[in-house]
Amino acid sequence: MNIKLKIWRQKNQDSEGHFEEYSMTGIEEHMSFLEVLDLLNEQLFAEGEEPVAFDSDCREGICGQCGVVINGQAHGPIRSTTCQLHMRHLAEDPSFKDGSTITIEPWRSTGFPVLKDLIVDRSALDRIVQAGGYISVNTGAAPEAHSVPVQKDKADAAFEAAACIGCGACVAACPNASAMLFTGAKISHLGLLPQGQPERLARVVNMLNQHDAEGFGGCTNIGECAAVCPKSVPLEVITRLNRDLGHALWKGQKATA
Amino acid sequence: MTELIDGLYREGEKIADTKAPHDVPIAQRWEQRKFNANLVNPANRRKLDVIVVGSGLAGGAAAASLGEQGYNVKCFFYQDSARRAHSIAAQGGINAAKNYRNDGDSVYRLFYDTVKGGDYRAREDNVYRLAEVSAAIIDQCVAQGVPFAREYGGLLDNRSFGGVQVSRTFYARGQTGQQLLIGAYQALERQVRAGTVKEYRRHEMVELIVIDGRARGIVTRDMVTGEIATHLADAVVLCTGGYGNVFFLSTNAMGCNATAIWRAHRKGAYFANPCYTQIHPTCIPQSGDFQSKLTLMSESLRNDGRIWVPKRAEDCDKDPRDIPEEDRDYYLERIYPAFGNLVPRDIASRQAKNMCDEGRGVGPAIKERDAQGNERMMRRGVYLDFSEAIGRLGRDAVSARYGNLFEMYQRITGDDPYEVPMRIYPAVHYTMGGLWVDYDLESNIPGLYVAGEANFSDHGANRLGASALMQGLADGYFVLPDTLNDYLADMLREGKVDPDAPEIAEARKSVEDRIDRLMALRGTRSVDDFHMALGRIMWEYCGMERREEGLREAIGQIRALKEEFWRDARITGEAMELNQALEKAGRLLDFFELAELMCIDALHRRESCGGHFRAESQTPEGEALRHDDEFLYVAAWEWGGENQPPILHKEDLIYKDIELKQRSYK
Ligand SMILES: Cc1cc2nc3c(=O)[nH]c(=O)nc-3n(C[C@H](O)[C@H](O)[C@H](O)COP(=O)(O)OP(=O)(O)OC[C@H]3O[C@@H](n4cnc5c(N)ncnc54)[C@H](O)[C@@H]3O)c2cc1C
Ligand code: SF4
Ligand code: FES
Repeated sequence: MNIKLKIWRQKNQDSEGHFEEYSMTGIEEHMSFLEVLDLLNEQLFAEGEEPVAFDSDCREGICGQCGVVINGQAHGPIRSTTCQLHMRHLAEDPSFKDGSTITIEPWRSTGFPVLKDLIVDRSALDRIVQAGGYISVNTGAAPEAHSVPVQKDKADAAFEAAACIGCGACVAACPNASAMLFTGAKISHLGLLPQGQPERLARVVNMLNQHDAEGFGGCTNIGECAAVCPKSVPLEVITRLNRDLGHALWKGQKATA
Repeated sequence: MTELIDGLYREGEKIADTKAPHDVPIAQRWEQRKFNANLVNPANRRKLDVIVVGSGLAGGAAAASLGEQGYNVKCFFYQDSARRAHSIAAQGGINAAKNYRNDGDSVYRLFYDTVKGGDYRAREDNVYRLAEVSAAIIDQCVAQGVPFAREYGGLLDNRSFGGVQVSRTFYARGQTGQQLLIGAYQALERQVRAGTVKEYRRHEMVELIVIDGRARGIVTRDMVTGEIATHLADAVVLCTGGYGNVFFLSTNAMGCNATAIWRAHRKGAYFANPCYTQIHPTCIPQSGDFQSKLTLMSESLRNDGRIWVPKRAEDCDKDPRDIPEEDRDYYLERIYPAFGNLVPRDIASRQAKNMCDEGRGVGPAIKERDAQGNERMMRRGVYLDFSEAIGRLGRDAVSARYGNLFEMYQRITGDDPYEVPMRIYPAVHYTMGGLWVDYDLESNIPGLYVAGEANFSDHGANRLGASALMQGLADGYFVLPDTLNDYLADMLREGKVDPDAPEIAEARKSVEDRIDRLMALRGTRSVDDFHMALGRIMWEYCGMERREEGLREAIGQIRALKEEFWRDARITGEAMELNQALEKAGRLLDFFELAELMCIDALHRRESCGGHFRAESQTPEGEALRHDDEFLYVAAWEWGGENQPPILHKEDLIYKDIELKQRSYK
């Protein structure tokens, strides 16, 4: 198939960006979306132009490093990571014709400044984790693993939340640029396990403070986040976050250092 | 100087590990070593600086644990977040000698299986310790909140994994690596918050600084701004993962590279067993010329899937469902009835290749180049068939076990594995070679420690499934914190390095010169183009099967390609900005040199073992034939200098606690 790509180009964090259009021929259905970008870059190279910078590493949908907005949707039209999107998935769309234009932009959010072209800085998500997204156990100080059984349904629910890969699609899709699904995922993962109980209330307060300090917006229950999440992290994690937060405030839990 | 052997290398002095205390039995050695190690007073720890390169299971765990102890740690990695290190991609599971299944598992059995599985090319002491600390890893991870699979009683579930007969593998659906790494990452971020660890994201280590024979720091390039900087420390720990990407196509992440360990090698660190490459049998076959990487399907699929090819080459383009039972060759079950589809990885891989070489491969024909450089079309795939399992267990049970993997397969290939058998083919997966380390995980450069896939130590010539994760975490959580103490106690007396030492400026200058040279290239070919060409050479001549003349041919081709690179490559963009072409070029230069060493190592080892199959060394039935009389050693290579042959140091492998046997899975 032949396609046109309309891509956001931006030299660095301080410069202005703009869209550029490129035509490509001979694209095959089984190619992954990132392989099409690789091919475009070979084409740009041959034409003496600078390739498009984009992030990826594992290319199997697990590291969370890739991620762009494709035709207005985070990670594109199917629920997956960008690296797992294939041209056949785009071609399934009835409005897709030979020669169609595909628009590609970086994650759009003030919390994620653009570094170059399609690459953004997502370190704000790490800082939210630093604020309390862990269980404080020192190496070597752990009790025997079977000393604390975990109810299977709790374990399964914790797992569902733990599946978050930190890609940031939820933020990019949210009209408020809220990182609540990400934060809620961590709070649910740890809060559902017996090991996570001692720090549960302090965790939610600390993480949310950081979330807000990073400039992410609040959640107004739009649900775009869960709709684009490649790992199907459920909206309930936000409900759980809010419940824990309410509980923490009621108990007078303050942020800890 | 000693004589030049085969025109390619020289032989140097023998070496040996001197740190494992051999005056006590193997089961007491680690305790004894820990007891003998010097300690550092807690108040003094913050005065000591440790650089950790890598934030995967080995690096993340080490940096977090050292931070907890109070050392001043700097952790470098090339991704945008520590959580994205390549360990995240591991699917299958992690072994531990917990014997929760009461099936006769023990530390000794895990030790035994690992040494045997590694085809008797690993060091006994290190492997024993690995087995010994394995159980504590699970405790640690559970306490951190790693959501391992559980049974209804609330206890941890286990499964068995390729090549072993006990259930000792802990897993978290198909995302074990991710969940373990998140645990280590969270421990790491906790220390960042506590101020003991400073993270350097999107920073690549591009040179090692050695002063007075000790590792004293690194040179880095900030991948966003292009800035080159030097960082000094009292010890340097490399946890930079494997170098499978020397083959271009592999299951490794795009950024996996050899630069950190190769730069250290050029500064004197020995590189051990570089040619030992593990090929994983269950990957999704290549589908076209523009493929950027290969995707692994968890080996757990082999527990229920049956592997076959058509008996007759004429049937290969038929719909597999139309091929009746009697026309199918379940070749693993036929050749290895005791293990069947669960034979170890190297055997499963080689037999798949044999079937395809015989012309009985399935799936689309792919353009290949044969050893003489001629193009040919070959089908590279065998069936992994679940229809029998679906009949026996029901679709739902199969979906509960493998649903996410089936989904992944369908997303990538467009085929539904519930309806049509999957197609799989072996791919480069893990590199057992790496920097040589002693029992303390210290390289031969004092103060340079190496852990995880970046070192050579625990897997021998072949790695059993679910043992790399174990090794990364064992090294990072439990070994380094103790062995580094010992070294750092000395460094406290030694004092800080002089920031004006000429070696620092020299290291930095060499990096800048190299970048200038690269940016000045004005040729016509891209870096990826050269990398693909290198990968083709390596896969053809130094992949699953190797022969004398092929390896010699490869060395010539690699040298020519490298020259061609300096003549005809071009790097776009500028040095002082985010420049992915420049990053790749730097890594490729190191791959060129490593590739040559891999071929020399493969050439000198005239035996087959593990994933290393030398066509000249096989039994009459075509099985790998080891030569313990000649090759019972670790090959540790010393950098001989620019355009000089490398120097081979042998470390004899001594098996006292395990009897040496030829492997047989028949
Ligand atoms: C698809 C796949 C599935 C696997 N499944 C399993 C499994 O089920 N069980 C199992 O036991 N093993 C498995 N393995 C193997 C295992 O995942 C790896 O061997 C292991 O995770 C390596 O961990 P590591 O900490 O040594 O390195 P990595 O996790 O690779 O980390 C390397 C780190 O070094 C950094 N780095 C590298 N070079 C530089 C540099 N020059 N400068 C700065 N930073 C640098 C990277 O940023 C990264 O942080 C699998 C591997 C793959 C590819
Ligand atoms: S919650 Fe989903 S969309 Fe958001 S970061 Fe995690 S995986 Fe990505
Ligand atoms: S590249 Fe890792 S999730 Fe896409």
